[in-house]
Amino acid sequence: MYFRKSMIAAAAGLCLTFAAGTAAQAQAITIGLGTEPTSIDPHYHNLGPNNQIAQHIFSRLMEQDHKQRLLPGLATEWKPVDDTTWEFKLRKGVKFHDGSEFNVDDVIFSMERAAAHPNAKSSFKVFSHSGGKTYERVDDYTLRVKTPEPYPLMAVDLSNVHIVSDKAKGHWEGDFNNGSQAAGTGPYKFVKWIKGEVLEFERNEDYWGKKPHWKSVVIKPIKSAPSRLAALLAGDVDFIDQVPTIDVAGLKKNDKISLSQGISNRVIYLHLDQYRDVTPFAKGPNGEEIKNPFKDVRVRKAISMAINRDLIIERVMEGIAVKAGQLLPEGFFGVSDKLKPDNYDPKAAKALLAEAGYPNGFQATLHGPNDRYINDAKIVEAVAQMLSRIGIMTTPDTMPKSVFFKRGKNGGPAKPPEFSFLLVGWGSGTGEASSPLRSLLTTYDKEKGNGSSNRGLYSSAKMEAVLNQALATVDDTKRAALLAQATEIAIGEDMGLIPLHYQVNTWAAKKGLKYLARTDERTVAYDIQPE
Amino acid sequence: MTVFIIRRILQSLAVVMVMSFIVFGGVNIVGDPVEMMVSDEATQEEREKVIRSMGLDKPWYVQYGRFVAGALEGNLGKSFVYGEPALEIIVHRIPATFELALAALLLAIVIGIPLGVYAGLKPDTVASKSIMAGSILGFSLPTFWVGLMFIMVFAVILGWLPSTGRGDTVPLLGIDVSFLTLDGLAHLFLPALNLALFKISLVIRLARAGTREVVHQDYIKFARAKGLRNSRIVLVHLMKNIMIPVVTVLGLEFGGLIAFSVVTETVFAWPGMGKLIIDSIQSLDRPVIVAYLMIIVLIFVIINLVVDVLYSILDPRVRLSEMKS
Repeated sequence: MYFRKSMIAAAAGLCLTFAAGTAAQAQAITIGLGTEPTSIDPHYHNLGPNNQIAQHIFSRLMEQDHKQRLLPGLATEWKPVDDTTWEFKLRKGVKFHDGSEFNVDDVIFSMERAAAHPNAKSSFKVFSHSGGKTYERVDDYTLRVKTPEPYPLMAVDLSNVHIVSDKAKGHWEGDFNNGSQAAGTGPYKFVKWIKGEVLEFERNEDYWGKKPHWKSVVIKPIKSAPSRLAALLAGDVDFIDQVPTIDVAGLKKNDKISLSQGISNRVIYLHLDQYRDVTPFAKGPNGEEIKNPFKDVRVRKAISMAINRDLIIERVMEGIAVKAGQLLPEGFFGVSDKLKPDNYDPKAAKALLAEAGYPNGFQATLHGPNDRYINDAKIVEAVAQMLSRIGIMTTPDTMPKSVFFKRGKNGGPAKPPEFSFLLVGWGSGTGEASSPLRSLLTTYDKEKGNGSSNRGLYSSAKMEAVLNQALATVDDTKRAALLAQATEIAIGEDMGLIPLHYQVNTWAAKKGLKYLARTDERTVAYDIQPE
Repeated sequence: MTVFIIRRILQSLAVVMVMSFIVFGGVNIVGDPVEMMVSDEATQEEREKVIRSMGLDKPWYVQYGRFVAGALEGNLGKSFVYGEPALEIIVHRIPATFELALAALLLAIVIGIPLGVYAGLKPDTVASKSIMAGSILGFSLPTFWVGLMFIMVFAVILGWLPSTGRGDTVPLLGIDVSFLTLDGLAHLFLPALNLALFKISLVIRLARAGTREVVHQDYIKFARAKGLRNSRIVLVHLMKNIMIPVVTVLGLEFGGLIAFSVVTETVFAWPGMGKLIIDSIQSLDRPVIVAYLMIIVLIFVIINLVVDVLYSILDPRVRLSEMKS
């Protein structure tokens, strides 16, 4: 009898420990990521992998939701008080992870630190100080930001800078890099980071916002895509990002896995040299030197019509992409509802090419990276074949991104990119149309910071006039219309670049978890929820 | 012996010097680290600031001079990507790689030698033929594929072992090692076996060839005639003589295990030097690449030295001829 009782007790005990075990597990999540941050310092490197980690530990004045729309963050309200002044009301009673109180001084300090970081590998100055912003303390919880000209992107800009405590004065690297100094106001506290191995967070129980579900978060960098997927299938991780397109169909049939997919803010497009009179990678049908054919808008339109976007998406992208007719997908701020992707029409393309004076076509080389965007090298090959059909005998040439971006660098008219015709991608960091318009399609201007990635050296005074007007219009509705108009000129009329498709990203989780796919391609642990 | 070692050290120093020049020159030709580093949205002004902060605005000979001056003080530059001393970053990764390489080496010896000797002693049995056929597979199957298959079979389908990463570590003499914990061993086994596969095949072949040759030597026949036990003949007389080529090759291959664990480390997300170097090459983190290659050169030089010394202990003839020259 005694024996039996003790058996039951033992069994009950076992059940209890088991239950406790699962309860604890339910509060922990292990995530396999394809990227790793280069530092925990939120002002060191303006780079997707760093920012996605930083936003766990640090808060911003405004947070961005999964569609990059602004939400109240450390600022509860923000509005322009006059044409050149914005006012931010800050949240009261927020504490940093080290216990210190948050107020306006921390914000001003963070903005200055973001701009002045001596070792930054791309500082956040583009957000904290572009447009000539100056910061003014009104009281402990009110901040005013002034600019010499009206500056509508104020809130978007500031939503990209993470706020650190002003106790961090003088801490530039070392402790800040490896995270041991990293005290923010974010939903998670930093626990440890072993480079290449593991990054751990624990929930900030005093978080000012919605308390995240997971008590502890373990992030493992697994760069190799098949290994990352295997780790998920083996149950070593609960959630992974960057699922390769080729595996998606198989995973959809797997009932132990749930997928989440969403369009990103990244457009894949072709840039064409519209500056040089004779361009190095375009030759006549027999290899003779000809004047640059890409300068003719009819040739650019013919190329766009000769590309079968549906086929590329179906065959190369395994159906996981959305065809593009402009710089950002539908639903983003400042997109045009008039622009649609060009229809595939090789006959009309050929006719247009003949009209432009190339009845026998010409020879060209299309350059692209082979390790930067989803299936980039295969897209280059497919496009080259499609163009060859209408008589533009195109040779695909792909290379590692480390080589590609050096040779394809835009150094302005004095040092144009080495390539004439190239495939690139652009993700809009601000989540609206002015970012790609300004970087990809304005005239190169070092002082203004314009056209830094305009590898086709497209230039249109008409478009820039509209864009500049947009960038000085604080009213959202009017600005959106102006940005759409600028896009219609640059893409619709001039075909300044040829959009191909928008990337769609896929995340995979073990059954029972759901995730709202983010347009900024980030993986955010506090957005992963049990169903 | 001392003269021999001193001469080898001087030669090694010359090798290190020449390598530093080739390596530094080589990585400075490829790509533009600034383009890789900065965000797309960075302005030209911002780019120039980054160029200056990384010292890339200076001509190459100034950069090289700075590098050599720093290297002599033990400072191999700051990583472009992490902003921390390159040497420190690599040194942090060394224990993981050494652990993996040593485990692989151990597997190669423990599995390879007995199988090879067996195949050499009884060359016509089915078992021997299967061993030799298996060793061909070990040679010819690509490491990354085998690695993925291991993960598929042992982690995904059977669920016996963890798929990727390094397990729990405990400090041993100030170094974090994972082979002393059960979790660590479980994580270590698949990558070590994956890395060892090629070496196992190599050792099998070497041991078999050695055995086949030695078994017909007069001293083995004499030992048999004297009536020694078979185990003594194999374990003492035969083993001693086949070990020379095995030790030489394994010594050299150990360098290879460390330097080229790249594929295995990538597949298994093993946080060692190999994964670091691949990441650094992709992001053009020149100081880390240079520092890594310099460390590898040093490791190879040291291993060669150790092999030479071991050699002379195993085979007195080597020592004598070296003394004369």
